[in-house]
Amino acid sequence: MNGLQTVKFYQTGTFTVGNRLLAPEERSVQANMQRTNSINSGHRACQGCGEALGARYAIDAAMNATDRQLIAANATGCLEVFSTPYPETSWQIPWIHSLFGNTAAVATGISAAIKVKRQKGQGGDVRVVAQGGDGGTTDIGFGCLSGMFERNDDVLYICYDNGGYMNTGVQRSSATPPAARTATTMPLGPEPGNPFGQGKFVPAIAMAHEIPYVATATVADLRDLEYKVAKAMGMRGARYIHILVPCPLGWGTASHDTIRMARLAKETGIFPVFEAEHGEVKSVLAIRRPLPVEEYLRPQKRYAHLFGKNPAVETIAHIQALADKNIRKYRLQARQEGH
Amino acid sequence: MDKPFAITLNPGSSLANRTGSWRTFRPEYVDRLPPCNATCPAGENIQGWLFHAESGDYETAWRSLTENNPLPAIMGRVCYHPCEGACNRQHIDSAVGINSVERFLGDEAIKHGWQFAPAAAASGKRVLVIGSGPAGLSAAYHLTRRGHKAVIYEAAPLAGGMMRFGIPKYRLPREVLDAEIQRLLDFGVELQLRTKVTNVAEAMQDGFDAVFLGVGAHIAKRAYIPAGDASKVLDAVAVLRGMEGEAAPMLGRKVVVYGGGNTAIDVARTAKRLGAEEAIIVYRRTREKMPAHDFEVEDALQEGISIKWLSTIKEAGESDIMVEKMALDDKGFPQPTGEFERIEADSVVLALGQDTDLSLLENVPGLVVKDGMIEVDGDMMTGQPGVFAGGDMAGNERTVTVAVGHGKKAARAIDAWLRGEQCAPAAKNELATFERMNPWYYSDAPKTVRPVLDIIRRQSTFEEVLGGLDEGNALFEARRCMSCGNCFECDNCYGVCPDNAVIKLGPGKGFEFNLDYCKGCGICATECPCGAIRMVAEEN
Ligand SMILES: Cc1cc2nc3c(=O)[nH]c(=O)nc-3n(C[C@H](O)[C@H](O)[C@H](O)COP(=O)(O)OP(=O)(O)OC[C@H]3O[C@@H](n4cnc5c(N)ncnc54)[C@H](O)[C@@H]3O)c2cc1C
Ligand SMILES: Cc1ncc(C[n+]2csc(CCOP(=O)(O)OP(=O)(O)O)c2C)c(N)n1
Ligand code: SF4
Ligand code: SF4
Ligand SMILES: [Mg+2]
Repeated sequence: MNGLQTVKFYQTGTFTVGNRLLAPEERSVQANMQRTNSINSGHRACQGCGEALGARYAIDAAMNATDRQLIAANATGCLEVFSTPYPETSWQIPWIHSLFGNTAAVATGISAAIKVKRQKGQGGDVRVVAQGGDGGTTDIGFGCLSGMFERNDDVLYICYDNGGYMNTGVQRSSATPPAARTATTMPLGPEPGNPFGQGKFVPAIAMAHEIPYVATATVADLRDLEYKVAKAMGMRGARYIHILVPCPLGWGTASHDTIRMARLAKETGIFPVFEAEHGEVKSVLAIRRPLPVEEYLRPQKRYAHLFGKNPAVETIAHIQALADKNIRKYRLQARQEGH
Repeated sequence: MDKPFAITLNPGSSLANRTGSWRTFRPEYVDRLPPCNATCPAGENIQGWLFHAESGDYETAWRSLTENNPLPAIMGRVCYHPCEGACNRQHIDSAVGINSVERFLGDEAIKHGWQFAPAAAASGKRVLVIGSGPAGLSAAYHLTRRGHKAVIYEAAPLAGGMMRFGIPKYRLPREVLDAEIQRLLDFGVELQLRTKVTNVAEAMQDGFDAVFLGVGAHIAKRAYIPAGDASKVLDAVAVLRGMEGEAAPMLGRKVVVYGGGNTAIDVARTAKRLGAEEAIIVYRRTREKMPAHDFEVEDALQEGISIKWLSTIKEAGESDIMVEKMALDDKGFPQPTGEFERIEADSVVLALGQDTDLSLLENVPGLVVKDGMIEVDGDMMTGQPGVFAGGDMAGNERTVTVAVGHGKKAARAIDAWLRGEQCAPAAKNELATFERMNPWYYSDAPKTVRPVLDIIRRQSTFEEVLGGLDEGNALFEARRCMSCGNCFECDNCYGVCPDNAVIKLGPGKGFEFNLDYCKGCGICATECPCGAIRMVAEEN
């Protein structure tokens, strides 16, 4: 099953971060006053940054799952730049900055080094996480990533997908969704924005490597995200988690709407939330309140060109068709909620 | 310090970077007024007591509830619960069953013998309360809490007013009424039964510093109906009062009730239970225009009572009555049609409303009486300083709940008046509207339905019709509350801040913002389920 445990009716169940009606051990890691706070205050991410939030959610969960025996390798990108302007850092965990494209390989190296040390009877069972943005993962770091998967190296790779190269001014990546405007896919000509029929969905490619664990998550479903990170840390070999992290700057959304946007991406079917083991989908987070994609697109300035005086009805229908395909393919249809 | 090759600076923490300076909006924790609380005529803090019920702490919930209303077991049965009509949860599935949880708490208190916490130190002041209906009982309770000696003079041989001599047993069992009144007496309220006050000014001379009037409205309104000598025309209040006497009133096999309010319904349902084969309500307007609540009409219809809408009684004979059909004119008023019909009837019961007997006030100067009701100011004080009034005699909205609210409000004002002060009403928080909430976070949970007595027993006995919730149901129902506008420690703000700028103070202590680092993104305010965070513009 997924992160939403079936419990007696508890007012907000497990939708909220905590819940005073649940026993402390049933609450999220983020509800805990002793959480690691892996990325501390004072970082330079924009107001309402989904990546800063998603990274704290994920790494705090990983720290909790490994008894704080964790090292993280971090690709270049917002997450690294806003957290660690030399000589200052927000990270409260052992953390290493790699290059833009080689963080999977760096993590593999760390993992190998730990293994050798342990064979020599030195050091404990320290676990390794690699993390990077969608540019660093799906484009420039892709070769190293595929290698890490293919060799089944003992690393959890986390991709924070904000749909573009945000740190350098919002350029297109292979994870930029169709029709979205970026600095390099200008809203000009008859079909402005990122073209349809390009790009890739790396979770599916990771599954094709048949690695032990692949999952997607968003910052809107904390309990699901924490469950997946904890589950991944309970396994060995190559694991991959792809987290959707809205970027107020690149998406042109209000800073207070970051979680709302992630929720809309999931509820409209734009972003399927699921987990897979050895190449097979094991569970999905079903849609709770079905919505048309327009609800997701309209608040974002990167889609503003779809909603002018003459709305791009066909383009919106095309995006709806892609969402519908996700709903069919991953069986995301709303189900009756129990209590 | 010895630094590695090419390293010139010591490592530092980002805590040196006070990102709070980026902020243009600042989050603030607020308490907003939940719509249930805003609507409750007795001024209950519903959200507040449900909060305790949610964790299964029923005694604390009951104590919180009774800070405003001393009669929850009664209220949980007879209140028309306008709170539920306002409840925000109706926009998700259906309103929280506030009334049924209230009844559960009231019944728990009776079961466990919970008593009120001791009152404030005695003030030495004595207040006369005339009438032991809900208005008088509530006033006496709140005066006692404030340390004043409240003495009730009640004309009837038993306390409770219309709760005893009006509302039938099948809706309010007398053991419940007795238990809640007894608790008030144990608390220190003094009750003198069979003590009719005929002159307020005189009664005040028994050493009272102020008086609260809650004499209700007991004189049945009459309509002129030509009636033969042998015809049996009764009034509803007398019939219902008769139910509390030794012998039940004799109504016959075919009973016609004239009127469209809840009293008419109660008389017809009573007649049915007394064995009438037919109980017919005759009412001059339509069902939509009936002052009785729709669910009451529904209950009556279910029990086999028939209703003749758009009809007036022209005359009453020995064994039948003549009814004229009415038709609504363009303005919606019923007009006679000249079409007549005879209906068999052994008795006719008039339920056309009640007036207040104000004769006891003849010697009190300064009183203003309008439409048969006494005028009071915002503090429930009449034109005569020191004389306060509430309940049915002082308002158009005649319910137990309104009476309890009046009693509380008057007690607060009497307390201030006795100290020579002005009673300053507390400033109201802004309303916790549904738009200010984030309903995503509440799990789905449709309302719990209360068990209902089966129909045969409803037609033949005076057993209570509507059942209560059991512990499991009550807990479930309480947890459906969304805590509108008031933090319930879900930890969302603490979790969703990308900047760790929310400080969790620990269970029961809430949260604080760390303004050194809060960038003012507003995610906490957007994701707070109950709307307890507000964003305010920074000065500069
Ligand atoms: C049949 C019926 C059903 C009702 N059902 C409901 C219901 O389901 N829910 C609801 O909310 N409301 C209901 N009501 C209305 C509700 O009962 C009244 O609004 C409420 O009781 C008014 O309270 P009160 O304290 O003002 O007056 P009352 O309850 O009328 O009490 C007045 C008291 O003052 C005493 N008294 C009067 N004159 C004197 C005097 N001179 N000296 C000493 N004592 C005196 C009377 O004996 C009486 O005990 C119903 C009313 C009726 C008639
Ligand atoms: C080899 C290399 N090419 C280009 C850059 C410049 N660069 C730094 S961050 C970045 C974009 C990062 O995008 P992404 O990985 O999606 O992370 P985001 O900033 O969006 O979180 C680029 C192009 C670099 N640091 N190294
Ligand atoms: S540009 Fe986007 S990803 Fe980068 S810090 Fe700002 S909000 Fe976060
Ligand atoms: S949900 Fe709770 S606080 Fe909100 S209106 Fe209903 S009972 Fe009151
Ligand atoms: Mg990116």
